[in-house]
Amino acid sequence: MSGHEGQGGPVSGHEGQGGPVSGHEGQGGPVSGHEGQGGPVSGRNGRMRAHDGGPQPGPAAGGRATSAPIVGRAEEPTIFELSSPGRRAWSLRATGVPDWPAEELVPAEHLRPEPVEVAELSERDLVGHMTRLTHRQYSVDLGAYPLGSCTMKYNPKLCDEASALPGFTRVHPAAPEAVAQGWLGLLGELEGALCAITGMHAATLQPPAGASGELTGLLLMRAWHTERGNPRSKVVIPDSAHGTNPASVTLGGYETVTVPSDERGCVDLAALREVLDEEVAGIMLTNPNTLGLFEEDIVEIAAAVHEVGGLLYYDGANLNAILGVTRPGDMGFDIVHMNLHKTFAVPHGGGGPGAGPVAVSERLAPYLPGPRSVRDDSGAWRWETPARSIGRVHGWHGNALALVRAYAYIVACGGDGLRRVAEAAVLNANWIRHRLRGHYDVPYDRPCMHECVVAAQTLKRDRGVRALDVAKRLLDEGFHSPTVYFPLIVPEALMIEPTETESPETLAALAEAFIRIAEEAGEADAEAPRGTPVRRVDEARAARRLIPTFDARPPA
Amino acid sequence: MTGFVPHTDTDIEGMLADLGLGSVDELFAVVPAALRLAGGLDLPAGRSEADTLEHLGALAGRNRADLVCFAGAGAYDHDIPAVVRHLALRSEFVTAYTPYQPEVAQGVLQALFEYQTLLARLTGMEVANASLYDGATATVEAVNLAVAAIGRPSVWLSQGVHPSWRAVVHTFAAGTGHDVVEVPLGPAGVTAWPAGVGEGSAPAAVVVQQPNHLGRLEDVGAAVALARTHGALSVVAADPVSAGLLRTPGELGADIAVGEGQPFGTALSFGGPYLGLFASRLEHVRRLPGRLVGETVDVDGRRAYVTTLRTREQDIRREKASSNVCTNQTLIAVAFAVHLAWLGTTGLRELALRCARGTRYAREALLAIDGVEPLGDGPVLREFAVRTPVPAATLVERMVEEGFLAGVPLEPEYDPDGRGLLVAVTERRTAAEIDRYAATFEKVVR
Ligand SMILES: Cc1ncc(COP(=O)(O)O)c(C=O)c1O
Repeated sequence: MSGHEGQGGPVSGHEGQGGPVSGHEGQGGPVSGHEGQGGPVSGRNGRMRAHDGGPQPGPAAGGRATSAPIVGRAEEPTIFELSSPGRRAWSLRATGVPDWPAEELVPAEHLRPEPVEVAELSERDLVGHMTRLTHRQYSVDLGAYPLGSCTMKYNPKLCDEASALPGFTRVHPAAPEAVAQGWLGLLGELEGALCAITGMHAATLQPPAGASGELTGLLLMRAWHTERGNPRSKVVIPDSAHGTNPASVTLGGYETVTVPSDERGCVDLAALREVLDEEVAGIMLTNPNTLGLFEEDIVEIAAAVHEVGGLLYYDGANLNAILGVTRPGDMGFDIVHMNLHKTFAVPHGGGGPGAGPVAVSERLAPYLPGPRSVRDDSGAWRWETPARSIGRVHGWHGNALALVRAYAYIVACGGDGLRRVAEAAVLNANWIRHRLRGHYDVPYDRPCMHECVVAAQTLKRDRGVRALDVAKRLLDEGFHSPTVYFPLIVPEALMIEPTETESPETLAALAEAFIRIAEEAGEADAEAPRGTPVRRVDEARAARRLIPTFDARPPA
Repeated sequence: MTGFVPHTDTDIEGMLADLGLGSVDELFAVVPAALRLAGGLDLPAGRSEADTLEHLGALAGRNRADLVCFAGAGAYDHDIPAVVRHLALRSEFVTAYTPYQPEVAQGVLQALFEYQTLLARLTGMEVANASLYDGATATVEAVNLAVAAIGRPSVWLSQGVHPSWRAVVHTFAAGTGHDVVEVPLGPAGVTAWPAGVGEGSAPAAVVVQQPNHLGRLEDVGAAVALARTHGALSVVAADPVSAGLLRTPGELGADIAVGEGQPFGTALSFGGPYLGLFASRLEHVRRLPGRLVGETVDVDGRRAYVTTLRTREQDIRREKASSNVCTNQTLIAVAFAVHLAWLGTTGLRELALRCARGTRYAREALLAIDGVEPLGDGPVLREFAVRTPVPAATLVERMVEEGFLAGVPLEPEYDPDGRGLLVAVTERRTAAEIDRYAATFEKVVR
């Protein structure tokens, strides 16, 4: 990315990987870059590309999963149906321990008479089953996944390698400090890096996800105010806030006060001033907010909240846009949570696990959950619980292996790479917004950050095609759908977060797909998707005739 | 470094030109100048993959991963079959997110449906959710459910529940305002439930752990009966491995079963990511925290799975939601299901049995040592507590030098002198290892 130092001079390429003139070794030319992408004409592998103007979709643009479709069309039986009595996969090591019978080990009143019915499968059948399931599943590794607010970026494989090191996986969480110095050191270093990124003073790594981080932050607020004589009763959130924010506010023992967004899509400062009083414990803000917009009045907002003695909470679920650009600490925030599973390369695992560390300013550090890993004068790491800690928020030290991934990612990117992440994330989102303008409604058509929100209001009105239909059509185009119907303040919202790891060609193909869908919009869209492993799923029936387990299925 | 960004300089120029911008910095014009980070992040420059892995490898090398593990206390050293890594870590599971678009997420959805079924069977419950963060936070959710269902703020929490889990319950009670009353263990190491309500108010939840923190088998039926007397819900924190031998919480009448799923599919991993197990009776399904997968059909009538009863969840109910959980531990749940399916009906029972045999073998060996006494005497399964002649922390330190992680020193509430040690024995521990362990133990306590 242009315009910043340390990237190796006039010829681009990967710093420090290939001598004075960079480029991938063994790829031919003495100068610059990735073959076929550097100039107006292509080389052996590249494709022709217009020199002026932005990306064009390539012939088989990366990220379009139709080039490698999800193939699992056939229904897959459950393991319970595949089970056959007497079959087994298991084997257990020989221990040489006497084989006392169960009746001698477990008192009769506790012992179950029959084994729990699990399933009886050969290993081969189990492997076949699970593999077939994966063929019925879309994923980031397969193709673009522009699910707004979720930052579904590609997560480098080196992070998987790091988190699989036996030196990390085979350590008991209650091991004495002396035998876990690598772990404590990693946690301490990660805390430092997260503080540097957010401009905060100290952090807890315990919260296992964003929502947990939010609640931790609210309990910090509560502890802070309680010590000052009044826990206060209200927390302010904007109407564009993520659903976990108000849910966490309630669990934190506060009442939610919602402030509207103004015509710019930002917090309405005047409306905010009206609700601020001495009962307001604080405000929870997402910046950039869920419309993908930067809260330009953030300094004024911070001043107004601080004036009534309130604290500022930063929902940093999505830090992608601000890495190396600006820091919540500099904006005046007191508490920040980060979703490491969004910005810091912890893959989403089909729904989790993630990690939601919380960083705070100096005055709130004494209240952080403990223990935290700190370094003593001798250079050794040890556990320490802050003086006025709110207590634990996780059974152990948080989602530790997820923390290894995030740390590896930060080390690999470095300060320079993280800045580049932000630049490309913001560039991609703005480019998509630019391409879709005129084809979709763009309710807040201002420069956005890492994501943009467009809408299908006109499509719905003129052609009866809703945001949901657009989402389903996109599945047939070989892409994952954007987030739909969120934020709530935009009717028929399509929230698109391309992320920085999608190439311009993928982006162009994604935009084309969106545009084609808009152009072809019509009744037939209610039938989409057609090419997926299953077609539209009857959600109402799932709720009405609840079948939460295989055993609850009605007899055939 | 690249930040794993694919764009070339030419790409960027072209895209900026489309936007009518002259430089990347202009993208950030909306950020007030005073807030822009002038000198860049105060972090080292990026490193290559090889250099990064070398650095991480060096950190990993500063941990003792070679110790023969007799530590448990909620984190157990079981063998994990190869299929777990090869199946659960397939990138289709690893790099997907919450199945918001069920048409392209049948893989994760069906795996979760199978997980829910397995967990319901292990606990004897009718429904199980698609996972929570860990055993501690699952316990918090159970308490929250009970308080909401019964409409009273009081919670009775056995001190046989893991101390850290109890600590987490207390932390979150600061927000919800629950009144958490701890009920101590009696001399035999099992909960000594009070006969009446006494000064306090009747509970909404009665929480017990099976086996409890000292490894002792609790009388779950008694806790259930107590809860019923007070019109409260009973919550059992049940170990999934012990489920291979023990009667289920459901069979014993419990309302909610929670637990820590780590023993199936997850290595010790310094405590996470683990797996919060949560199952309950059907009548509580509308208050169930987190996601729930249900079976349904698609428009062509084919069997399909989808997340259901979504109106319980935070993104729809917002401040009225009873739980704020969004991201959960799906991948760990998939690993749990794969490990359990590999064990199967017979393997699960065999595994639990081997743990119980090893535990008896080790317990007899330690109790034969002069000065080592039982702490909470009575039936155990995979873990037991002893009182050692030297402070437990000292013993653990000495044993490290001999290549053992001897156990987990117990909190003073279980033994005020700091001589309580919790010892876990899984199917990984051979008789030869246990013999050596006991001999070393005897040597270092002398
Ligand atoms: C803006 C925002 N805040 C909070 C969250 C909650 O994070 P988590 O899902 O990790 O609990 C999310 C994501 O889901 C989010 O996008």
